[in-house]
Amino acid sequence: MLKINNLHASIDDKSILKGLNIEVKAGEVHAIMGPNGAGKSTLANIIAGKDEYEITEGIIELDGEDISELAPEERAHNGVFLSFQYPVEIPGVSVTNFIKTAINETRKAKGLEDMPAKDMLKMIREKSELLEIDRKFLSRSLNEGFSGGEKKRNEIFQMAMLQPKLAILDETDSGLDIDALRIVANGVNKLKSKDNAVIVITHYQRLLEYIVPDFVHVLHDGKIVKTGDASLALELEAKGYDWIKQELV
Amino acid sequence: MSKYTEDNLREELKTKEYEYGFYTDIESETFAKGLNEDVVRAISKKKNEPQWMTDWRLEAFRVWKKMEEPDWANVKYPKPNFQEIAYYSAPKKKPKLNSLDEVDPDLLDTFKKLGISLDEQKRLANVAVDIVMDSVSVATTFKKTLGEKGIIFMPISEAIQEHPELVKKYLGTVVPTSDNFYAALNSAVFSDGSFCYIPKGVRCPMELSTYFRINEGGTGQFERTLVVADKGSYVSYLEGCTAPQRDENQLHAAVVELIAMDDAEIKYSTVQNWFPGDANGKGGVFNFVTKRGLCETNAKISWTQVETGSAVTWKYPSCILKGNNSVGEFYSIAVTNHYQQADTGTKMIHLGKNTRSTIISKGISAGKSQNSYRGLVQVNARAENARNFSQCDSLLMGNECGAHTFPYIEAKNKTAQIEHEATTSKIGEDQLFYCNQRGIDTEKAIALIVNGFSKEVLNKLPMEFAVEAQKLLEISLEGSVG
Repeated sequence: MLKINNLHASIDDKSILKGLNIEVKAGEVHAIMGPNGAGKSTLANIIAGKDEYEITEGIIELDGEDISELAPEERAHNGVFLSFQYPVEIPGVSVTNFIKTAINETRKAKGLEDMPAKDMLKMIREKSELLEIDRKFLSRSLNEGFSGGEKKRNEIFQMAMLQPKLAILDETDSGLDIDALRIVANGVNKLKSKDNAVIVITHYQRLLEYIVPDFVHVLHDGKIVKTGDASLALELEAKGYDWIKQELV
Repeated sequence: MSKYTEDNLREELKTKEYEYGFYTDIESETFAKGLNEDVVRAISKKKNEPQWMTDWRLEAFRVWKKMEEPDWANVKYPKPNFQEIAYYSAPKKKPKLNSLDEVDPDLLDTFKKLGISLDEQKRLANVAVDIVMDSVSVATTFKKTLGEKGIIFMPISEAIQEHPELVKKYLGTVVPTSDNFYAALNSAVFSDGSFCYIPKGVRCPMELSTYFRINEGGTGQFERTLVVADKGSYVSYLEGCTAPQRDENQLHAAVVELIAMDDAEIKYSTVQNWFPGDANGKGGVFNFVTKRGLCETNAKISWTQVETGSAVTWKYPSCILKGNNSVGEFYSIAVTNHYQQADTGTKMIHLGKNTRSTIISKGISAGKSQNSYRGLVQVNARAENARNFSQCDSLLMGNECGAHTFPYIEAKNKTAQIEHEATTSKIGEDQLFYCNQRGIDTEKAIALIVNGFSKEVLNKLPMEFAVEAQKLLEISLEGSVG
């Protein structure tokens, strides 16, 4: 599904990704771990199409098609979803209104009519139940005054509504207490299928106890330096990242 | 990556033209340019006015001649040459309107372009529309329904003929002829406008609506509106404007007077979309408006305005809270783009005891525009327990526009409670990227963010108007910001 080959990227002439390779197939869950500053969030933003980064070399393919020249909304229409580490506030725009707009804009891009209001409401009800979201929450302004946990839950709610092919969860576990973590992970697991894929970006092994990855990659200094199965995450938790760094020397 | 940048945006803003810039070819009869006592007399004669009205106009003209154009507002523009303006323009064909079929087809076509089909409005929205097209009203609908309740809603020129006692009693009582330069000018030369009277205890069963358009190149338009709500009555009045594209500046100096007697309520909503000038700041309407309402005991006046047009806007819909327990409200959205300049706000004058006022102002600036809020909250010595809450929010798009807030507070009574809140924010790259990532393109994202920002005010508009206003916000800001 996603194929990244020899990706080099920089911001303000500062090189961040330095020849990164990864391949994610449908039905797989990949975890990307690594110390601060390794380039994890950069990778997420580049896949989603944030334009402050410059790709200097390499390719990003989604289903065999190069997406590196596509606008972020076009990538979204093609099924890329990013759960933000720091979701932004949009005052006066309700959670419902926002997701409704997002869904209908995506449908419009595919030449479809707006989703009938009845279907939309039904879907909103189902997905909010899945994430144990209160009705009142849906009429609040997007992310305004939300707690850390509410913000992340709202991100996964949007993911559930948009049903992306490729979901990237950027530190979705940060700021979550154990109950919220369980709800969010449970939501992600229920949304998983053989046709979609998930990339989980995290510092800690904690989230991976709930969302069990097929592959764990260690990102260090702009490259993937080690890949393994779920047990690698445990090993990292026990030994820390210095162990990898030493191994590299 | 092909993402929208501020440069793209700036480019697009420059090429964004006025959507409603078309011109209706209806034959007009226009006076020669220039202004003197003879012209004032001629206007009055043309309208077959009684002597008292002619005298009133002449008095205003004499006052105006001695006045100077004010320059304290935060706007810059070439001062109009008042001798280069034609002061009267009336459509030559004046159809008798038993039904819409008799309306000039060109005019109907114009309304279609604006999306304000009368038929539709009559049938669906239950709105009585009194259309002012180049100064003379050409259609009045729903007169009968209103007549049954004793409500008078007609062009002010007709009211002068048919209800001279009412017009004479109230005209100029809230905005005196000598009030300010533009009000004096308007008093001398006003072409037409609307008159509305709601009798005691009557609740007007429908939203009253007037559409104004400036149509003839080089003619200033001077509307005069007078709304009188007698004791215990209620009326909601809607005013909306669109104007065709023009090269030279067009002067628009309206006066609106509202009188809410004891226990009466007037809700006055405006959507203003005069031609704002092109991308280089050329052309566009100068909108110098005096709007003021007087509240007697327990009365309430609400001004709601959505200002998206005009090259220069100078406008402060105000409330004089004369009676005890009276309430004044001002809800405003002002959008400026390109080289537009707006200096707008309100005055809340607390005279009576326990008077309350609320001010919610939302300014949105894009392009190279300047958007100023100017407001006065005045509590007089005898106004015990007066309360005011003001909130002024500004939203900036791009780095070349400006937002300014000039709040004036004068409290002469110790019991006054006055609160003022102000915020300034900018549509951020992060907000846009977030929306983009969810499949919402930048244009739509801006519309969404702006609508969210303006929601408190949009919610105050009557339903059908809110939809139109939302559309206008989107049109005015299409392509804004990156």
